[in-house]
Formats: sequence, structure tokens, C-alpha cells
Amino acid sequence: MIDDAETAIVGAGVMGLAIAYNLAARGGGKRIVVVDGHYMAWGASGRNGGGVRQQWATEMNVRLMQESMDICSRFAKEMGINIWMRQGGYLFLARSAAAERRLQRSVALQNDCGVPTRMITPAEAQAQVPEIDASGFRAACYNPTDGIVFPWPFLWGYARAAAARGVAIRTSTPVTAIARRARGGFSLTTPAGTFAAERIVCAAGAWSPEVARLVGGTLPNRPQRHEILSTEPLKPFLKPLVTVSETGLYVSQSLRGELVGGITVDDGGGGDGDGGEIKLGSRLAFTTAMARALVELMPRLGHVKVVRQWAGPYDLSPDGDPIVGELPGVPGFYVVCGFRGHGFMMAPVVARHYAAYLAGDTPHPLFAAWRADRFASGRTPASGGEDMFIG
Amino acid sequence: MSRKVILCRCEDVTLADVQHAVALGYADIEEVKRYTGFGTGPCQGKECLAAVAVAAAAAAGRDPAALQPFTSRPPIVPTELRLLAGTKRAAGTGTGTGKRRR
Repeated sequence: MIDDAETAIVGAGVMGLAIAYNLAARGGGKRIVVVDGHYMAWGASGRNGGGVRQQWATEMNVRLMQESMDICSRFAKEMGINIWMRQGGYLFLARSAAAERRLQRSVALQNDCGVPTRMITPAEAQAQVPEIDASGFRAACYNPTDGIVFPWPFLWGYARAAAARGVAIRTSTPVTAIARRARGGFSLTTPAGTFAAERIVCAAGAWSPEVARLVGGTLPNRPQRHEILSTEPLKPFLKPLVTVSETGLYVSQSLRGELVGGITVDDGGGGDGDGGEIKLGSRLAFTTAMARALVELMPRLGHVKVVRQWAGPYDLSPDGDPIVGELPGVPGFYVVCGFRGHGFMMAPVVARHYAAYLAGDTPHPLFAAWRADRFASGRTPASGGEDMFIG
Repeated sequence: MSRKVILCRCEDVTLADVQHAVALGYADIEEVKRYTGFGTGPCQGKECLAAVAVAAAAAAGRDPAALQPFTSRPPIVPTELRLLAGTKRAAGTGTGTGKRRR
């Protein structure tokens, strides 16, 4: 049995829980319910590498991530939970001239925004991380204020703070049907009963198109499987998260000492090898590609043991930018998806602005830039110019 | 007493840790794993999963048989990167290890 609500949020990942928390923290006392078909952290929020960076190529993303970093750095104190945050920086390495130019462009923009990123030589990169074999690299850039977090405590922190403010969180409660009510709003069916909500926020990540279909809405996103592995814990040695532009390789050392990293795998389908389905199986092709790239980058790691690998879906929109706001043709149904593997780091700031938007404040510019109706004509619009993706 | 009973020897997770996670509402095995870190060390749960399941079920007042084990992840045993790097296998070839995925 679930009580009727003003706002039903579908998806108990970081985005859904953070929106619930921010909305509840604004007061007003309107009832908020978060429902999820699985346990908390089952989806991409529990499967990502925990990177939080300000090195982006559009002013929108740089400024959003500066604000998100600020929220992250105060999260432990304000929410009373350890997020294992470590600001060791992000080191981007480039082998090609094209990648070098891309880094140079983004560094100039980041500096204009006040992010202290700088271009460095491969030798300087090697001084920064002596384990790296820097031969073959043309350039690098490094921002000392980027960092990593342990993703799961964000969910527990947001969930606990939301629940303390009256938000009902129902995990293992899949929404199986959504009906539009004659007088507005929706009726959501779950195994725990049917309940009404005046509006729905679909925060289901790569699963968002499935949820939208329940109300007759369509989203143009497609999922892309990305895999990660974790090694045995090592003594702390790796300060920054290191990433190689050409291969999508990234690796960082968590506060537990494990190396955590991934790489883009040639899936035989140009990144669409799963044919639009969300698949979460582990592939040896990933493990071997990752092992080769990692040992090539840091030859001394050859004897380090892999203990675990897993997969999660990137959520890709046609133009590479996220999709937010009310879904065309479905009044009262709001989406927040298409974050292409960086939804976790964006969630603290996007959720804050999303709650303000739902509450009727003047919307942040992201709501115009990433509006859902830009795909309504069936054409793919020009992207906002972001090209600092990993993987 | 429960603070001195170690259930997961890789990660030093005690009976008290498991009871605490369940008391906070993290009662499924996947949730207990994430909250306590049990089963994330070298044995990947092979030594501790059953003991944790019994403890979590008791703490939640549930039948242990009603709890699902966490998804088993490759590799089967901790494996050196250099061995994996030497593996020759075409891209896109599955390992078959994803069968228990949820």
C-alpha cells in the first residue's frame, strides 16, 4: 500500500534520491514518493567509477561541475555520511594531435571559468605519476581539484536525509503500469498497490525510455554497456585519476586502495553491439582490453590481481547532451536522463536545480539547453559542443 | 560479543556490522554487501556469503532461503593483469560468466 503523492519519482538512484531530497528540503510539505524496481544502487549509480571532474568543454558543464564539486566537498559534513572523497585531480593524456588540440581548447575554457587546469608535458605527467610509461604521449592536462568519491554513500546520504523530511522510499517496487487520470495526474501500479501522483519525475537513467513508454511517451536515448574492474587493494600510490583520450581508459585508486577503472571495448557494433538492449553481463573482451591497456600504461602493475568486474549502462541521447524537463505530449511527466556516463557526478547540482524548477523558480539555463522537445521534429539537433567524454 | 565475531575475513566485517546494516534497512544481501563491504575482498564472498546470509536473515527475522545471494563476478579467482593481458581472444566473445546476472 502506497499513499497518494504530489510527486512520484521513478528511480532510487542518485538523481532520483537527490531530487527527492532537494524538493523535500525546500519545504511545503507536499508528499513525495520514490519507487524503484530493485534495491538501492542497483542501476548505474551503483556501477560507476565515482569520478567527479570539472574538466569539460562547454561553459555549462564546467560551471555545473564546479557547483557539483562544491556540493560534494560539503556533503559528508552536511549529510553526516562519509563519501570517501579524495581530490587527487584528473590527468588526461593525449597521444594524437587532435586530442591535444581538444585538451587545449577545453583547458582555455576551464581557466576562463576559474578551474586551475593546465597543459603539461608527458615528462611532467610522468613526474606526477612515476609508474606511467609516458612514451608515445604528446601532451596532457591536469586539474588538481578534480577527484573521486565512493558512489554508494551518496545514495544512502540522500535517502536518509530525504526520509527524515518525510519522503517515502520504496525499493523492490517496480512500476508496472502508469495511467493518465482524466482530471490530470497519474495512477501508478506496483505490486505494493496502485497510487496516484500529480506529477512523475522519471529518474531511471538508461531505463528511462521503458518508463516513458508506460505513459505513451517516447525518448530517443539508447543504452551502451560499459564495464569496470577492481583490483586487490594496494598501498596508496596513484594520486590523480588517469585517463587516456584515445582509448577511453581511466583508472583511479580508491581510498580502500583498490584500482578501479574501465575502457571502451570494441563491441563489434560501433558502440551499439547490444542492439539497443540494456545488457549487464561481463565480457572477457573487456577484461583483456583493460589489462593490456593498463599494463601498457603502467608496466609495473602486471602482477596486480583483478578481483572483480561488472557492467553498467551509459545512457546516450542522439546529440550527446542530457534530456531534461517535461516530456512533449505528456504533461506532468518530467525526465532527467541522457547523461552519457557522467550522471553521477552531475546529479548533486542537477538535482538542486531540478527541485527549483519543479517548485516553479526561474529555471536554470540547463533547462533550455537540454529541453526534451528538441528531438520532437525527429531530427537530431546540433550538440552543445561537449567533447570531453571518457569512453 | 557480536563485535568480535568476524564474518568476512577479507574485509574484517563483523556480525555487529551486518546487524547494523540490517537495522538501517539494508537487508538484502546486495545491500548488506554494499553497506558493509563484505564479500569484496580476495575471496569475493566464497568463504563468507553463507554466514552473512544467516546473520542478515536472523537480524531481519527472515528465512535465509528467502535471501538471494549477490551476483557473482568474474574472475573466479584473483587474476594477475599480466595473465589477462596475454589472453588472445576476439572482441565481443562472451565468457559465459554473465549467466547469473540480474
